[in-house]
Amino acid sequence: MPTHDYVAHAPGYVDNDGPKIVTSRLVHEDSHTLERYEATNGYDGLRRALDRTPADVHEEVRNAVVLGRGGAGFPAGVKWGFMPPGKFPYYLVVNGDESEPGTYKDRLLMERDPHQLIEGCLITCYALGLSQCFLYVRGEMPAAQENIAQALNDAYAKGYVGKNIMGTEFSVDITLTWGAGAYIVGEETALIESLEGNRGMPRLKPPFFPAAIGLYGQPTIVNNVETLSNLPWLMLNGSEQYKAYGSEASPGSRMVAVSGHVNRPGVYEIEQGVTTFRDLFYGDNFCRGIRDGHELKMFVPGGGSAPWFFPEQLDLQLEGRAVGAEGSMLGSGAIMVMDETTDSVKAALRLVRFYARESCGKCTPCREGTTWEERILQRIVDGEGRPSDIDKLLDIADNISPGPYPVAADPAQGLEAVPFPPKQTTICPLGPSSVAPITSTIRRFRHEYEAKITKRDSIPVMSAPMASDPVEVS
Amino acid sequence: MSYFTADNLEIAHETISRYPRKKSALIALLHLAQEQDGWVTDDAMRQIAELTETTPAEVKGTGSFYEMFKFHPVGSYMINVCTNLSCQLLGGEELLAHAEESLGIKAGGTTADGMFTIEDVECIAACTEAPCLQVNYRYKLRVTTDDLDQLIDDIRNGRATDIPEHGTLGLVRQHIPAGAGAGIVAPEDATERPVWLARNDVATADGGEA
Repeated sequence: MPTHDYVAHAPGYVDNDGPKIVTSRLVHEDSHTLERYEATNGYDGLRRALDRTPADVHEEVRNAVVLGRGGAGFPAGVKWGFMPPGKFPYYLVVNGDESEPGTYKDRLLMERDPHQLIEGCLITCYALGLSQCFLYVRGEMPAAQENIAQALNDAYAKGYVGKNIMGTEFSVDITLTWGAGAYIVGEETALIESLEGNRGMPRLKPPFFPAAIGLYGQPTIVNNVETLSNLPWLMLNGSEQYKAYGSEASPGSRMVAVSGHVNRPGVYEIEQGVTTFRDLFYGDNFCRGIRDGHELKMFVPGGGSAPWFFPEQLDLQLEGRAVGAEGSMLGSGAIMVMDETTDSVKAALRLVRFYARESCGKCTPCREGTTWEERILQRIVDGEGRPSDIDKLLDIADNISPGPYPVAADPAQGLEAVPFPPKQTTICPLGPSSVAPITSTIRRFRHEYEAKITKRDSIPVMSAPMASDPVEVS
Repeated sequence: MSYFTADNLEIAHETISRYPRKKSALIALLHLAQEQDGWVTDDAMRQIAELTETTPAEVKGTGSFYEMFKFHPVGSYMINVCTNLSCQLLGGEELLAHAEESLGIKAGGTTADGMFTIEDVECIAACTEAPCLQVNYRYKLRVTTDDLDQLIDDIRNGRATDIPEHGTLGLVRQHIPAGAGAGIVAPEDATERPVWLARNDVATADGGEA
């Protein structure tokens, strides 16, 4: 039976002997309070930062290679360098709109350690000269909204946020703002649109990324909650210590949520580029194997938008580039594990339905394509599929994401991996993401599709026997 | 005639004051309206338009994009059952079917007494605790069909006092005391660099890093 031996007040979080760069306080019941935060090095990272020049703090973050934890995995220090000099004011937008299927980490950090996030925001604003910070929390997360609001109120009262922070000339306001239920707002330009009071539709880029033209047309840094939560520890311990964890290309730790058919699903902080999927699924320290008596069939390695992996990829390390070369991505650290009882077509349909529902409607290939994909998959699952449907699905997919779509190698069929990322005919990656479950399952389990289509259980072939047929009486 | 109550109007003005552009408060004010009435009425949208210097059409144009805003009355308790992949693998769809059967309505529907609405929702970030659901966005984790029946029973009999009625999200609001804030910064307000960046010059003059 799956076990849930969790820290009671942080459901899902498993306290093992892994690194504790962002999760160090989650074991404490009062981890969200200023008292606990101050008692555990709270705001010391900011204090250290304020003793150095802003440029020096930026350099420290660049040296540490803090990879973005929201999905794209782009180094924060490099992204920070893209702002055009002199075009003031600059803004910081914090992406707390966690809603990628399978992702559960930012909510834990926002609910259980809001001061760490606030401190990370302040360090960023100091380093880059950002004039105001907007902290955007997903609408469906009232506990995170409450704990961040309380943390901000307490931090303002103590002079950690606002005017003349810690008695220096550094002053910045953090504005807490709530979303209202739109997955696409997790895309950074859609998030900016939403912050401006508009429908959350992504902006066309390139040429202008938010770092050049963002909120209110000004240079804007958009960073993920977990990315920013790394900064207090980094300022306190330095980039060399940070790089002592993880691999050279992917230093530090990252949070992953493993859900689905494992014995101990949970949120784990792991070393980047060191831990393998096999360690994670079977290790005693982690998920302790596939649920009793079952075998791994497939898994999604990085959120609903990631192409799927299979048992052959188990020994890969959780490292962005390695996973990309093998045809998928680590994305938002969301790993969904499926055993042999899983109907691959049904599972694919569920993810495709998500993209069909969440498409913002701006680009035609996505708006129409995801809906067609959903309808065709639905009729296949309902036993009403047509023989041409498999090719039709691939054809529609090709209109959203042309060319060979990233996919894992399949040695049994002699097929090689197609590396990530996919091409796109759309402004943002939402549409192409809908293709991942389709190509992943058709390439590997085409026979499951064919079985559903040829059986056609629910469609009578003939409505009545023809007159010339012998009539059997039973 | 103000749609918002006096208290809420004060909250609305304070919220608007935290953004460089009034329109940025639009989503926050739609939440506030929904908190007041459980859904967003036409009167609410008219006043939000006045407050944010937009038109009612713009308010609805933005609001209708976001799933959480309801432009018709819904149940006092909205049960959102997650059926996305992680939950589907562990019984989310069966849980939704059970909710539909227990309440005699389909997903998207509201019971005749106006007590419950059920929704079939996307991932709510509790994937390790599947199957999960939210009641008015308050989490219930690893929910069995028995748990769900108990929950419905508790709500019907007034025992779910920890769950506010539909529309109320975070109970604690941000409040910046007078004089404590750095002040909002609009694009036209600050064309000079923030003062603390001058520290970089000193370092350069000393031969340090630029």
